[in-house]
Amino acid sequence: MDQRLKDARIFNLIVFAAVLFAIGPYFVMSAPVEQTMGLIQKIFYYHVPSAMMLFAAAFVCGIGSAVFLFKKHAAADRLALAAGELAVVFGIIVLVTGPIWARKAWGVWWQWDARLTSSLLLWMMFVAYLLVRRFGGPGSEKLSAAMALFGMANVPFVYVSVNYWRTLHPKTSVITEGLAPGMKAPFWFCVVAFAILFTVLLTLRTKLEKDRAVVEELYLALDE
Amino acid sequence: MSDGDDMTRMRIAATAALGFLLTAGPVRALGQPPAGGAQVNDYVPVTSVPAAEQLPAAPMVIGAYAFLWVVLLAYVFFLWRKMKGLERELADLQKRVQSK
Repeated sequence: MDQRLKDARIFNLIVFAAVLFAIGPYFVMSAPVEQTMGLIQKIFYYHVPSAMMLFAAAFVCGIGSAVFLFKKHAAADRLALAAGELAVVFGIIVLVTGPIWARKAWGVWWQWDARLTSSLLLWMMFVAYLLVRRFGGPGSEKLSAAMALFGMANVPFVYVSVNYWRTLHPKTSVITEGLAPGMKAPFWFCVVAFAILFTVLLTLRTKLEKDRAVVEELYLALDE
Repeated sequence: MSDGDDMTRMRIAATAALGFLLTAGPVRALGQPPAGGAQVNDYVPVTSVPAAEQLPAAPMVIGAYAFLWVVLLAYVFFLWRKMKGLERELADLQKRVQSK
């Protein structure tokens, strides 16, 4: 595909994501207030989409790393790096907005239960992934790729943890069955907005890494 | 009577005086009537917490939303800085190619 067409598509996506994020708060505020938690439940509309993007980033990073490990595709490694960074970005949003919600709804900032602890571990795995890549020296790409596989494998456990262990955190059925009709549209609107933002950031970061690889190759060619 | 016995007696007297001072205050305080209104001897639950004692939800929701924006903008700034660095390197490469 022509590079200018690609750039135009990325730009259109950026504008679209910005528009969705600008009108998102209006949809969130127009959603009905939840009966027991009240206004604080509004955090749900960006806490859960952030968690979904954390899971998506972990999967992209894991799959990219697997392709890099077994097929030696450098492009897959670049995609994995971009997704690894996004897992850390969306993970920190989840881990900060969640306790703010919990403080009001449960009366505590944090509980060492299965969902919260496994989410923290998942985030720490991707922080470790980036640290190994940054400071691990030669060959650290392969080591970090293996770590990303474990990070991806952790995602299903984080997801089902609320259904199998006793926890204060709501179950996954809240989204599939427990949402009032007036809450569904704003929630899925936010999910779409976050998904588009995630796609834009992933594309930009991967492109940046590709350009960096080209510059490095040019330096090497020039020195020879 | 030896000097040692006198010392022991003095120590006992000093300890008793100190013990009296430490316990007299709280015992006297216990005897005082409550400062404001009737004494509370039972806890009665209310159906809703008074508004003045509740944690305000709106600042927490707005704070969490602001945090989301700060993190996302920080990441976009990080990307922008990386892009600028790459542009500088490309300009440097161009100069080196032209000088060859």
